[in-house]
Amino acid sequence: MNILSPELTAVLYLIAAVCFILALKGLSSPKSARRGNLIGAFGALLAMVVVFLSTELDNVLLILGVIALGTAIAVPASRLVKMTQMPQLVALFNGVGGGAAALVALLELTHVDGLGSLIAVAFTVLVGAVSFAGSAITFAKLQELMPTRPIVFPGAPVVISLVALGSLASAVWLVLTGDVLASYVLLALGTALGVLVVLPVGGADVPIVISLLNAFTGLTVAASGLVLGNTLLLVAGTLVGASGTILTRAMASAMGRSVVGILFGAFRGGSTAGSTAMSDRPVRSSSAEDVAILLGYAQRVIVVPGYGLAVAQAQHTMAELATTLEAKGIEVVFGIHPVAGRMPGHMNVLLAEANVPYEVLAEMDEVNPQFKNCDVALVVGANDVVNPAAKTSPGSPIYGMPILDVASARQVVFLKRSMRPGFAGIENDLLFEPQTTLLFGDAKDSLTKVLTAVKNL
Amino acid sequence: MDAITLLTFFVLAVFVGFEVFSKVSSTLHTPLMSGANAIHGIILVGAVIVAGQAESVPVLVVALIAVLLATVNLVGGFVVTDRMLEMFGGRRAPGSASAKEGAK
Repeated sequence: MNILSPELTAVLYLIAAVCFILALKGLSSPKSARRGNLIGAFGALLAMVVVFLSTELDNVLLILGVIALGTAIAVPASRLVKMTQMPQLVALFNGVGGGAAALVALLELTHVDGLGSLIAVAFTVLVGAVSFAGSAITFAKLQELMPTRPIVFPGAPVVISLVALGSLASAVWLVLTGDVLASYVLLALGTALGVLVVLPVGGADVPIVISLLNAFTGLTVAASGLVLGNTLLLVAGTLVGASGTILTRAMASAMGRSVVGILFGAFRGGSTAGSTAMSDRPVRSSSAEDVAILLGYAQRVIVVPGYGLAVAQAQHTMAELATTLEAKGIEVVFGIHPVAGRMPGHMNVLLAEANVPYEVLAEMDEVNPQFKNCDVALVVGANDVVNPAAKTSPGSPIYGMPILDVASARQVVFLKRSMRPGFAGIENDLLFEPQTTLLFGDAKDSLTKVLTAVKNL
Repeated sequence: MDAITLLTFFVLAVFVGFEVFSKVSSTLHTPLMSGANAIHGIILVGAVIVAGQAESVPVLVVALIAVLLATVNLVGGFVVTDRMLEMFGGRRAPGSASAKEGAK
């Protein structure tokens, strides 16, 4: 249908773009975040109505049917997914967005002329394919369909360089000739490049890669806006590209990493590789009953939850243990490191899901001065974020990363699966200190046993 | 639309994008990423235009695949972000989450 004038269409697209800016702005603060997201959704809905009312379209019923089908897939998937599996769902959504952008550009190729448009098509096809394939690999890693450790095969740097050069060459071929065959080659090489670039990334760094690919997809959407001459796509895509870049850098710096180091670190001798070397220095390990006694007779307990708790999906057991301790008159606070869990802020989401009240979740700066007055620091499945090496040993890969100061607590209890170092691949000296007790095992099993023992005290 | 106008839009949007996220608590990084992810699902607009103007069946089929993928991105993105943010909204009825966990 063509019932909206071009002027009105432009104004309505402008309103949708403003909605997206307000959405991103709203999402930046906890109070307005949910409203921000709804404003964004409203902007998207408005844009969809406008496109149907302002463009001469065939097959409208068919298109609406496919949109209904997509909605019928997406809504239950988003509603039913477990909170711990959220990161891979976001990766998946990002990947399909990149794939859609690549397909749109591919189909527009025969309709465009001019150098600028051809460059935009080449960019969208290539980066969209990289984003699609890269996101598929991050999904597989997070879902543990494939090993989460960095995968480096012999000659990988050479292969990646060749594929990258081939992609560039076919992009140039496409821009110069507008040949459809070139776009297929570019699509295939871009897909290969996406796979190759993400394979060497270690499991702990995958969230940062998702954020980076998210920014990439934003830019492809912006480029397809150029191809289609659609300002809304241009503005929305650019917004996501720019803000996604900032977010990626913020995430990387919260984890004490650099984006380049994450993408190419595995080739430089594996600083991203989680070491599996075991230490043979003596530690004090104990039983769940001993840990229960430590906790049950404490006055103040600070819980430091980490990746291990998220992986074991032990947040509900943890919450129940906290409630049980509180019922005994013990003060329990959760100290949340900015990057605890699988993504920055992920731990807050997980604990909120387990009904841990927002007031007992303390951020790092707030909780650090409290450790010296606390009887027991209970570290559940965290390691690097409490490693004093970040403060004391300048040579360490995590040196300079802000940490939770558990070392100053009177007693430290670690619930760990094994003596393996964390993702940074370095030993934690705190494990060997006299005030430290270790309880080995899966976080959920250990917490269940401790919980039972505390109830029986 | 001429190239200079589009370039102007692009450059201004880059600056807005940089500014809007400059100071954000790390608590919100995950929902922010998810929200930005939903917004680029607006490629659906492009996919719909291409599908609606398809001149042959193969083009229509590929375009409809793009429509499907973009819809999943757009709709799923906003729903999953909302669900994440719901968790920040305060305490829900006690026991509802643990009951759900116990059931599986």
